[in-house]
Amino acid sequence: MTSISMTVNGKPASGEVEGRTLLVQFLREDLRLTGTHVGCDTSQCGACVVHVNGEAVKACTMFAADADGADVRTIEGMANADGSLGTIQQAFQDHHGLQCGFCTPGMVMSAAALLKDNPKPTEAEIREYLEGNICRCTGYHNIIKAIQAASGQLTAVAAE
Amino acid sequence: MPKDSGIGASSKRREDVRFLTGNGNYTDDHSMQGEAHAVMVRSNVAHGKILSIDTSAVENMPGVLAVFTGEDFVEVGGNPAGWLIHSRDGEPMREPKRPVLAHGKVRHVGDAYAAIIAETVQQGRDAAEALAAATEIEELPAVVNMAAAVANADNRVHDEIPDNLCFDWGWIEDNRDAVDQALKDAPHVTTLELVNNRLVPNAMEPRSSIGEYYSSDDSYKLTTTSQNPHLTKLLVCAFVLGIPEHKMTVVAPDVGGGFGSKIYHYGEEALVLVAAKKLRRPVRWTAERSESFLSDAHGRDHVTTIEVGATLDGEILAIRTNTLANVGAYLSNFSTATPTFLHGTLMAGPYKVPHVYVNLKAVFTNTAPVDAYRGAGRPEATYSIERAVDKMARELKLDPVEVRRKNLLTPDQFPYTTPVALVYDTGNYQATLDKALELADYAGFEARAAESKSRGKLRGMGLSTWIEACGIAPSHLVGQLGSRVGLYDAATVRVNATGSISVMVGAHSHGQGHETVFAQIVADKLGIDEGAVDIVHGDTSKIPFGMGSYGSRSLAVCGSAMDRAMDKIIAKGKKIAAHMLEASEGDIVFEDGSFKVEGTDKAKAFGEIAFAAYVPHNYPLEEVEPGLEETAFYDPNNFTYPAGAYLCEVEVDPDTGVVEVVAFTCADDFGNVMNPMIVEGQVHGGVVQGIGQAMIENTTYDENGQLMSGSYMDYAMPRADDVPMITVDHSCATPCTHNPLGVKGCGEAGAIGSPPALVNAVIDALNRGGHDVAHIDMPVTPSRVWSAMNG
Repeated sequence: MTSISMTVNGKPASGEVEGRTLLVQFLREDLRLTGTHVGCDTSQCGACVVHVNGEAVKACTMFAADADGADVRTIEGMANADGSLGTIQQAFQDHHGLQCGFCTPGMVMSAAALLKDNPKPTEAEIREYLEGNICRCTGYHNIIKAIQAASGQLTAVAAE
Repeated sequence: MPKDSGIGASSKRREDVRFLTGNGNYTDDHSMQGEAHAVMVRSNVAHGKILSIDTSAVENMPGVLAVFTGEDFVEVGGNPAGWLIHSRDGEPMREPKRPVLAHGKVRHVGDAYAAIIAETVQQGRDAAEALAAATEIEELPAVVNMAAAVANADNRVHDEIPDNLCFDWGWIEDNRDAVDQALKDAPHVTTLELVNNRLVPNAMEPRSSIGEYYSSDDSYKLTTTSQNPHLTKLLVCAFVLGIPEHKMTVVAPDVGGGFGSKIYHYGEEALVLVAAKKLRRPVRWTAERSESFLSDAHGRDHVTTIEVGATLDGEILAIRTNTLANVGAYLSNFSTATPTFLHGTLMAGPYKVPHVYVNLKAVFTNTAPVDAYRGAGRPEATYSIERAVDKMARELKLDPVEVRRKNLLTPDQFPYTTPVALVYDTGNYQATLDKALELADYAGFEARAAESKSRGKLRGMGLSTWIEACGIAPSHLVGQLGSRVGLYDAATVRVNATGSISVMVGAHSHGQGHETVFAQIVADKLGIDEGAVDIVHGDTSKIPFGMGSYGSRSLAVCGSAMDRAMDKIIAKGKKIAAHMLEASEGDIVFEDGSFKVEGTDKAKAFGEIAFAAYVPHNYPLEEVEPGLEETAFYDPNNFTYPAGAYLCEVEVDPDTGVVEVVAFTCADDFGNVMNPMIVEGQVHGGVVQGIGQAMIENTTYDENGQLMSGSYMDYAMPRADDVPMITVDHSCATPCTHNPLGVKGCGEAGAIGSPPALVNAVIDALNRGGHDVAHIDMPVTPSRVWSAMNG
C-alpha cells in the first residue's frame, strides 16, 4: 500500500492505495466523490474525465499513486462558490444537454478543458474534441448547443 | 409566445441540477456498511458441457466469502418469458428454463455458471479467474447462424429442442392464401432480402445490483438498474426465488439509460439477494463494460425476405415477409413479444394495403439473449417496408415520394383497421411528409447534388414514412394474444396538508425527464406552481404497482393514470368545497386553482380545501372521508400511433465508400406535446441511435460463437463527429383520440424512422453516380459501400 495525498476540488485529500488502484477508484470509493463515473473498461467512454493539474484526464487511465501531489478537479468542484451552477453546467441545463446524466460529468469536464484552450470553438471543433466522450441519449445535438452557449456563441434567441 | 410553465412549456429539467453537480444517485454510487462484492464467472466458450467445477480451489483464497454455482439454484425457478406465443400449428412455443446460474451446460460466451462473493472486487476477480481455471467444460459445436440452426437437428442449444426453433408464427394465418394469390396476380413484385443487424443497447451506465437482507423481519431489498422495479420485484419474488412480495422492496434509483436493456430481470439480481441472506451482509455487483457486451440483452437480429406486390404505377397490393429472428440462448422476458406482436402487427406501415401476411420463426442460438431495444420490433418492420417500397419505386422508375403519397392513408380514412389487426385511431401522414420535404428543402436537392458532384462526391436523399404502435394495451386483448402480464399503469396523487403535492408513479425515468414533465402536467391541471409538485418513482415501497417505462408508454399510460387520479382529487375537492361554501356540489366548478360557486365570487383556494381535508373541523364527515389522496390505474383501450416522415441526405465519397450524413430532417406526429424541449431531445437521441445502426454499429459473433465486437474498441458507437445537427418538427399533431392527454409517445420514433431513410439515401447516391446497386445491408460501412460500387 502507498500513502498518497493530493488536492481535490481545492481541499486536501489523502489515503492508502494499492499500486493497481485507479484514480477513478480512489475518487469514487475512498473519497466518495461518486459524480465521476465508470462507463467502460477500455478508456473509451469518457464518463470519468476529471482535471489533473488543469488537464482533462480519463481517471480510469491513471493510477491513483500517479496523482500523488496533484491538483485534481472533479464535477463536484464545478459549481460556483455560492453553490449555483457554473457557466457550462448552466448551459447544459438551459439547452437540455443531458438526459440520463451518466456521461454528463465527463462531458462537462471535457467541455471545460476545451473552452480553456479554445474559447470560441466551431461546431466541428467541438465535435472533434468530444470524440472521446460517448453519450447514448442526446445524439450530441444539445451538447453541442450547450457548449456553444457556454462559449458565448449562441444567443438566447438562437437557442429557442 | 411559448408558454413558460405547465403543459406545452419547455420547462428546464429539475433533475439536471443533481446530475450536473455530481450528486446523481446511481446504483453503483451507493455504499453499504459491511458490503461484500459479487463477481460472476462467465463461460468463455459459446456452447459446452460443464464437467466439473472445483470450488475448493478458491474457497480459501484471500477475501473469498462464498462461492455459488448452478447447483445452488437448481431448486429455484427460472426467469420466465412474459409472452406465450403459439406456432401456426397451434403448438405453444418452446420455453427452456433460464436459470440464475447455468447448470449442466453453458450456452453462450458470457453465460454465468458461478459467482464469487469476496471482501473486495479485486479479490473476487482473482478468485473468479482461479475458479475458471479449476472448471472443466467440454466444448460443443456452437449454433450461431440462424439458417444453419434450424437446418441441423443434431446441433442443439437446448437438448430437448431438436430444431432450435422457439416458434413458427404466422400473422395473420387467415390472410395467407389471399396474400399468396395477390402476389401471384400482381403486375410487379419487388423482392428484397435484408438483415436487420444485431445491436448492443449500450446504456452508458453498466448494470448494477445490490442485495440486502434484514433478519429482523426476514425481508429483502434490491437496489438495481431497472426500467421497471415492480416487474423485477414480481419476477424475482414470484417466479425465481419464491419470496413473498411483501418481504421485498425493489429500488431503481437514478438509472443511466436503458433503451430496453434494463426492462428485464437478470440472474445477477437474484444472486445478490441469495448471497446477502447467506452472508447476512449487503452484496453488490456491478458489470464491467465487457460483461455488459456479453450479458445484456441485445437487440434486432432479423433476417427477412420481404415481397411487395404492386401495380405498375406503384400502388401496393400485398406485402409478405418471412423472417428468422434470433432469440439467443435463452428467452429474455419480452423476447417473444418483440418479434411478433411488436413487429408483425406493424407490417402494413402507414399505407392502405389490402393484403399482408407475416411469417416469423424465432431461433435459439449460442449467443446472448435478444430482446427489445429502442423501438423493439417496430424498427425491424419499418426497415423492411421502407426499404422494399423504395426498391419498388426504383424498379418501376417512379418517384419515391410520389409512391408514398399514392399509398399513405388519408386523414378521412381513420379509424383504420389494418390487415394485421391494428386499429389506427388518427393521423395525417401527408402533413408530416409535406413538412419534412419543406424543412429539408427537397426542392433544392438537385442543386446541392450538382454542387457535391462538382467536388467529386455523390449526394443522395432518402425518405422513410413510418408509423409505430406505443403504449401497448389493452390488457384483456394482449392477454388473449399471450401476454402474461397486464399493461396498465398507476399513479397516486397525494395532496399534502399545506397544499403541496407528491405524486407516486409506476413509470420510471432513466433519462426521459419525468420528474419535470409529470410535474408540469399536475401543475397545469390543478392550477398550482410546478415547484409545489414532486414526482416519486422507482421505489416499490412508495409507488403503486405500475409497469415501468418502455415502449414509449410513460405519458400515454402512466400520465393518463395520473390524470385520472387528479380527476378524483378534483371530484372530492368539489364535495368539500360545496360543504364549506354552503352550496350544492353541482354548482362548484374548479378553475385556475380554485373551487368556485359558479356565477358567484364565492371560492376556496386549492390549498384551503387541502387543509380542510386534513384538519376536518368544518367538513362533511358524514359523506366524505378526511384526507386528499387518490390512486388511479389506467388500462388504455388501444395502442397509440405516432407517425412521421424522415429525410436523410448523405454524401458518399466514391473513392473510399465513406458515407457522411450531411442533413437529417424529422417531421413527427406525437399528438399533444407536453414539453417540446424534452420531446426534441428524445428525437435527437433516437435518430442518432438509428444512424448508428444504419452506418456503423454491428454485433458480430464468429463461427465459434465468440463475440468479436465486445468493447468500445470493436463496437462502433456513434460519436459526436459521426453525426450532424438534427432538424426536428412536431407541429403536425393529431392528438390521440383515446387517452385524456392526447399524447402518443416519442421515445422510440427516432430509432424507428431513421435507419431506412439513411440506407435509402446511400442507395440513391450510388445510383445517381451511375452504380446500379439495389441494396446494401446495414451497417453501410465504407468497405460495404465501396464493394457495392466496385462489384
